[in-house]
Amino acid sequence: MCLRFHILITAITAVVILMSYEYMATQQIRAGEYYSLILLGAVGMCLMSSAVELVLIFIALEISSISTYVLAGFRRRAAISSEASVKYFLLGSFATAFFLYGVALMFGATGSTGISVIAQSLRAGNTSTLAFAGIALMFVGLGFKVAAAPFHIWTPDVYEGAPAPVVALMSTGPKAAVFAVLLRVLFEINAPGRLGLIWVTAALSMTLGNLSALVQHNVKRLLAYSSIAHAGYLMMAYAALPANGIPAVMFYTATYAAMNVGAFAIVSHLAGAGERYVTIEDYAGLGRRSPLLAAALSIFLLSLIGIPMTGGFFAKFYVFSAAFQNSLTGLVIIGVLNSAIGAYYYLRLLVVMYMKEGGQEIPIAPTPLALHAALAISIAATLYLGILPGRVIEFASRSVRDLTQ
Amino acid sequence: MNVHDLDPVILSLITFTPLAGAILLLFLPRRDREIRWFSLGISLLAFVASLHLPVHFHRAEPGFQFELDKAWIPTPNIHYHLGVDGVSLWLAVLTTFLTPLCVLISWRSVNERVKEFFILLLVLETALIGVFVSLDLFLFYFFWEATLIPMALLIGMYGHGRKIYAAVKFFLYTMIASMFMLAAILWLYAKTGTFDFIALQRAAQAGQIPDFPSAAGWLFLGFFVAFAVKVPLFPFHTWLPDAHVEAPTAGSVLLAGVLLKMGTYGMLRFNLGLFPLQARANAGWISVLALIGIIYGALVAMIQPNLKKLIAYSSVSHLGFVVLGIFSFTAAGLSGATFVMLAHGVSTGGLFMLAGLLYERRHTYEIREYGGLATPMPVYSATFMVLMLASVGLPLLNGFIGEFLVLSGAFQSRPLFGILGATGVIWSACYLLWMYQRVFFGQVRNAVNAGLLDIDGRERTALWPTAVAALVMGVAPLLWLNSIEPSIHSMLVPFTQVASKVVGQ
Repeated sequence: MCLRFHILITAITAVVILMSYEYMATQQIRAGEYYSLILLGAVGMCLMSSAVELVLIFIALEISSISTYVLAGFRRRAAISSEASVKYFLLGSFATAFFLYGVALMFGATGSTGISVIAQSLRAGNTSTLAFAGIALMFVGLGFKVAAAPFHIWTPDVYEGAPAPVVALMSTGPKAAVFAVLLRVLFEINAPGRLGLIWVTAALSMTLGNLSALVQHNVKRLLAYSSIAHAGYLMMAYAALPANGIPAVMFYTATYAAMNVGAFAIVSHLAGAGERYVTIEDYAGLGRRSPLLAAALSIFLLSLIGIPMTGGFFAKFYVFSAAFQNSLTGLVIIGVLNSAIGAYYYLRLLVVMYMKEGGQEIPIAPTPLALHAALAISIAATLYLGILPGRVIEFASRSVRDLTQ
Repeated sequence: MNVHDLDPVILSLITFTPLAGAILLLFLPRRDREIRWFSLGISLLAFVASLHLPVHFHRAEPGFQFELDKAWIPTPNIHYHLGVDGVSLWLAVLTTFLTPLCVLISWRSVNERVKEFFILLLVLETALIGVFVSLDLFLFYFFWEATLIPMALLIGMYGHGRKIYAAVKFFLYTMIASMFMLAAILWLYAKTGTFDFIALQRAAQAGQIPDFPSAAGWLFLGFFVAFAVKVPLFPFHTWLPDAHVEAPTAGSVLLAGVLLKMGTYGMLRFNLGLFPLQARANAGWISVLALIGIIYGALVAMIQPNLKKLIAYSSVSHLGFVVLGIFSFTAAGLSGATFVMLAHGVSTGGLFMLAGLLYERRHTYEIREYGGLATPMPVYSATFMVLMLASVGLPLLNGFIGEFLVLSGAFQSRPLFGILGATGVIWSACYLLWMYQRVFFGQVRNAVNAGLLDIDGRERTALWPTAVAALVMGVAPLLWLNSIEPSIHSMLVPFTQVASKVVGQ
């Protein structure tokens, strides 16, 4: 399982670095430590997805979090960026404290911090209140990291303030790693009472994320709420049976990474110096002025909506059918209704790009080679997952055995 | 080479020829003239290829023909399964028939972003044909959603007036409704592990799907909502007039001619095919909605000051006939419904082209702006009259056969519905003839209209095929009906079984 997540995380990191070159130049940020922080974060994420011991998971979580706290404040001249950094740091520390507390309780309940020992102990009938509280607290900490409601409050502000390539990274990389941890905590440990927790979080995230996204004017905030909603769809898969849920989770994280990194690559390119052009209106007339960028962004948006031929469709598809197979009809209906709501705000951006003409047109810089490469990788991944998902889902299904002996 | 070697691949060939053309177009330079000719060539190629279907179709056989079944994605178990019966065969041919005409009619009216326009048009053609030839529910849903984007973009980019409002409304209505269908499809897959229509139908009839009896009512509704919005059935019809009025001519032609039929085709194939018991249980209120659609659509059409809106509401009325015919569960009703779908596609497609030509000349659809057009534009007026009368349902033109069959089917099932439905024919004569009189007869009231040019060679080439088709379908309906009827009879088998069970009790 860790191999698959490592591939995903390193791919995300590579694409984010590709799109950062140009961004750092236009924002006039000279900082070698930027790249080293990204790489440090990647180490933490990889470690997180392969750790099978709760304390090690905690350390990995801290490594990746600390690098993202710093990265979020990298636009030093912008107050909003520093605000994002502080907010993220304070709330994030809180969340990791919750996680650590959960680990401690778990240790108290089972006498171990090794995942497999805990799983055995619980399977042997140790379902004390302490174990349940431990799971719940760990879930709170992890839920914060993946921006699932009701632990999502920090997301829009941080995403708005942080540099766009960093948002691309932190909305996909650490999330993927934390989803891997959740696979272990929820599926491998076979957490007692997980269904109720997940049901509520998934339904809340989808609904709050989508409804709030409807009224956003800032593209970064819009994508922040959309990422909350997507965390909700993803959570649904944890409520399914392991045999269907695990591949669905892995497929969804990969697809979400491809489409979201791609969308942010374009957002960061268009933002211009000081990230001035990030409202929806700024995208007016993009379809005419820069057909290639507009076409690329449309592919990512259509995938986020979940239109066939794109990865987003199959991602939702696997999640919904996995939930159906566990008879979670109510949750699926909430998810289906939410996808319909979600279509509206992505569509708004599409409409503005193709059907509106801008009053004052924003300057569009020529696209450098590295950005082309970043976009090409994201588009290829989004379409590949949408047209030939068979091999990837097959690959993901092999993890089922690793997690459920 | 034997032509029958083509049989297994012909459907893929027809479906993907336009897409291949669209991809080639991406790489062609932006020379508008060449792009137009190229698109015309590609769409004609698809049409010629599609003629293989009626020529080599075994008319007496009820099942699916030209089948191709290949595994596409192993998990979930999705197959690339294509095939046509007597109903979908003609809908696919209707699509390939109308597309070249759409290219011709857009020859001069689309001047900006020409390349994108024809790419969208060809992608739309592929998606539309795909909907009719798919036998795998997943593949069907895939094509169904794929029609949405090119159509919304055609309306939003090339339309006029409140085009963005219309495009978004169109997109959201269909998208939200089809989500329910997706949920129903997923349920079926979760319980059976297959998307294959034929396998699902067999399993449903044999009672092998767990929990099917308790869930079938909801599943029926899930499918039905998606189709009813597309048809559009009253009260889901409000997106249609907006979409039509603002859409470019080619968009309107494909929207009225083919897109709406996706809904009625879906009811025929999936609602009746998978859920016969639920279809019968729900037939009452659905028929009432269809009747409301027939009468209400006609009455609203009558008072429309806008030519295109009038034709749009007439579509609501005509599609009401189709739904009424389908839910009569009689052979006549179903064959008639299928025939109305085809006839409406030809005649209304033609009427939209005619309205578009008038708009090109005068940039308005307001009926009161015109009057006495028969004097400056005699050929145009004559063509308009043929297609308008076909839409009214004059005997010897195509509208008559279908509506007659639908009404006789409705009489057999419930006489009152037949009587009410029959008034729809009278209404349609009222609003269409009245409109014709106001636009074409009398003196030329508006001086601008006196100098209007009659239709030229290109426009005739676009229009006359629809007029000829309307006449041929009216004179020799058996050419179509003898392949439609065997398929209809096989669709009705579960219904006659139910009926005989009821009688037996």
